[in-house]
Amino acid sequence: MVNILEFDNVSVVYPGNVQALKKVSLTINEGEFVVIVGLSGAGKSTLLRTVNRLVEPTEGKIRIEGRDITKLNKKELKQMRAQIGMIFQNFNLVNRSRVIRNVLAGRLSYVPTWRTLLGLFPVEDKEIALSALERVRISEKANVRADHLSGGQQQRVGIARALAQRPKIILADEPVASLDPPTSHAVMKDLRRINKEDKITTLVNLHFIDLAQEYGERIIGLRDGELVFDGPASEVDEGVFEEIYGRSITDDDLRGGTKVGQENQN
Amino acid sequence: MKINWQLFKRVVNLLVILGVIIWSLEGMNINWERISRGIPSIGNIIKLMFPPDMSYFSRSLSAMMESIQIAVIGTTIAAVLAFPISFLSAAKIGVPFWVVFLAKQILNAIRTFPELILGIFFVASYGPGPLAGVMAIGINSIGMLGKLNSEIVETIDRGPIEALEASGSNRAEVFLYAIFPQVLPQFLATALYRFELNLRAATVLGLVGAGGIGVILLQSLQFRRWPIVGMSLLIIIVVVTIIDYSSAYIRKRIT
Amino acid sequence: MAKKTRTEAKKLTKVFWVDRLKKIGALAVIAIIYIWSARGVGFNLLEIFRELPSFFSLLGEMIPPNWAYSRRLINPLVETIQIAILGTFFGAILTIPLTLLAANNITRNKYIYFFAKGFMNIFRTIPELLYAAILVAGIGLGAFSGMLAITIFSIVVIAKLTSESLEAISYGPLEALQAVGGNKLEMIKYAVVPQILPAYTSYSLYVFEINIRVSTVLGLVGAGGIGVPLQTSLNLFRYQNASMIILVTFILVMAIDYASTKLREVLV
Repeated sequence: MVNILEFDNVSVVYPGNVQALKKVSLTINEGEFVVIVGLSGAGKSTLLRTVNRLVEPTEGKIRIEGRDITKLNKKELKQMRAQIGMIFQNFNLVNRSRVIRNVLAGRLSYVPTWRTLLGLFPVEDKEIALSALERVRISEKANVRADHLSGGQQQRVGIARALAQRPKIILADEPVASLDPPTSHAVMKDLRRINKEDKITTLVNLHFIDLAQEYGERIIGLRDGELVFDGPASEVDEGVFEEIYGRSITDDDLRGGTKVGQENQN
Repeated sequence: MKINWQLFKRVVNLLVILGVIIWSLEGMNINWERISRGIPSIGNIIKLMFPPDMSYFSRSLSAMMESIQIAVIGTTIAAVLAFPISFLSAAKIGVPFWVVFLAKQILNAIRTFPELILGIFFVASYGPGPLAGVMAIGINSIGMLGKLNSEIVETIDRGPIEALEASGSNRAEVFLYAIFPQVLPQFLATALYRFELNLRAATVLGLVGAGGIGVILLQSLQFRRWPIVGMSLLIIIVVVTIIDYSSAYIRKRIT
Repeated sequence: MAKKTRTEAKKLTKVFWVDRLKKIGALAVIAIIYIWSARGVGFNLLEIFRELPSFFSLLGEMIPPNWAYSRRLINPLVETIQIAILGTFFGAILTIPLTLLAANNITRNKYIYFFAKGFMNIFRTIPELLYAAILVAGIGLGAFSGMLAITIFSIVVIAKLTSESLEAISYGPLEALQAVGGNKLEMIKYAVVPQILPAYTSYSLYVFEINIRVSTVLGLVGAGGIGVPLQTSLNLFRYQNASMIILVTFILVMAIDYASTKLREVLV
């Protein structure tokens, strides 16, 4: 089991003395599909964003493939980020641009800048982008404007963009929070499939515990910035969630939508 | 008690407005006799304006073309100069606060200046002719374009910017792939809108000598040659209407 | 599989090139318009820089402004404000019928709608100064002509802006009122007016800001306001007086803009 990502006593304090993470230590192995759960504000987003240093850790070290990433300079940071794909709750696509341009944006760090400034992507990179679209089954929408797609389709474009980077790690920050139940299941299925087929380590933030139970292999629970649970999904039941949340479970914590509905979504 | 207070405020507001109106009317020195003579006089003038003097058609048309040219160059200069200012005066995108503040103040100052006064100024220094009109429109438009464009920059979607930074792009790439595609169509739309306004301004600037069809208007008004005024008016109406519609159409297509 | 993506990728290259050509085509059209205009205007950067000394010498003649002259400017200044206030006020009131007629959801009759809209668009193209000049020729010099010019302009501009907003209001309240059995006028009063009032007020204030600027130059055609002493000073080459007027105008416009912003907060 190769140790690909390691958190070593990581703490994050935001300005105004808000402690988002408290001495979190964690080891993630290559190819794992990890779901991180916790209440809003528990530190899930912060944890994810320390991996590509969109958020800087105040204390502690983070190692990717053994390398301490808190010590990287600008250039090395960009190179490292190129290997980490990120998927967002609001998709973060350029609405006016076509789908294919959005996916090609994932190749930006691999293509020399003078070419990207002129928009001259090499054929190989276009191929990679198209293959990525095919992996999420919407290659026929390549020339469509991003905002002409449905939410589920847009998120798949987001996944394709991350895939185009040929990443080692994929970070998904609440990828289904803006989607309806059947589409949420479809996207989670896609993420699982890509994790299994391409062997890309995947970390997913979710606040829907039914999705976490259904798709997670390993569950990590955060509460108030502290690690309160780390174990396989099989060991997790409602009682465990109540402990992680510090309160009883409500309907809002469940996504709903049965497996039957998944075949019809887009 | 509360209702009375509301009513009281309303009545006071109404009285204040009424007072201002009456005070203003006093200042008008309304001479009812002159007005009653004036209205038919206006009617007469309008009758004299049509049919317009067709012999002046080509002269008026080429003068109108000059007004268009003035508006085009003026708007282009303003758009080009306003482009960097739009970013420098946009808050919350990483520009130091004092720069933003200064830029916004300068833009406000430019916007406060009536165009015609700028026009007079440039006619006085550069001499009469289209160049003065171009300078007046160019400088004046920077104010409005800068302000509108900076608002556009301030309200762009940050999401794609975050996404591209997260995947390791450098600043130029983030600008070109996340900021520029969002911003460009809207910048073009504001420039086009400003062009519509500038075309009108260009026609008026001629009245102070800064070129275009206003010059013909000025002369024909001075000598009371109403058919020529009518001709010029007709051309202004037709050309401006055509350009307004085309511009609105293009603006719809690109946003 | 790999071959298929290769051909797809090549197709994409073609699509990108088509895009690029479209953009270059548009740029070419713009460039042509630009070059045509530049030649027509005699736009010559060199000339601008060559004439710069005369620009600065004029500037020099205007500084320092003649502070003593400001006393004589009080009346024209007041007149300017009055013209703008009255013109906008009457314009805002008289525009109401035109606005209603030019909104296709209020006016069902196609002919009336097109006529009103056409009327509005035509009269919008005529600059206010031109109205002022014609009115002066007919009624005579003075602030009244200026006020009329501002009024006419305000009517058509406020009508255009407000009618467009009207066409975009939501129909819920209107339907509700129809269901309750109201007639057209009641519908307007209870369902339309509350929705459109903020926009209408905002547009009127915006037009007021434009009008104050225009009022300052109406005097150039004899229609009153501070433009009259400006014209005289320029004709007599009294540049220091002129710069005093410009300064005063500048302050006036700033003050009115500020007042308008405050009014906006209260009324809208």
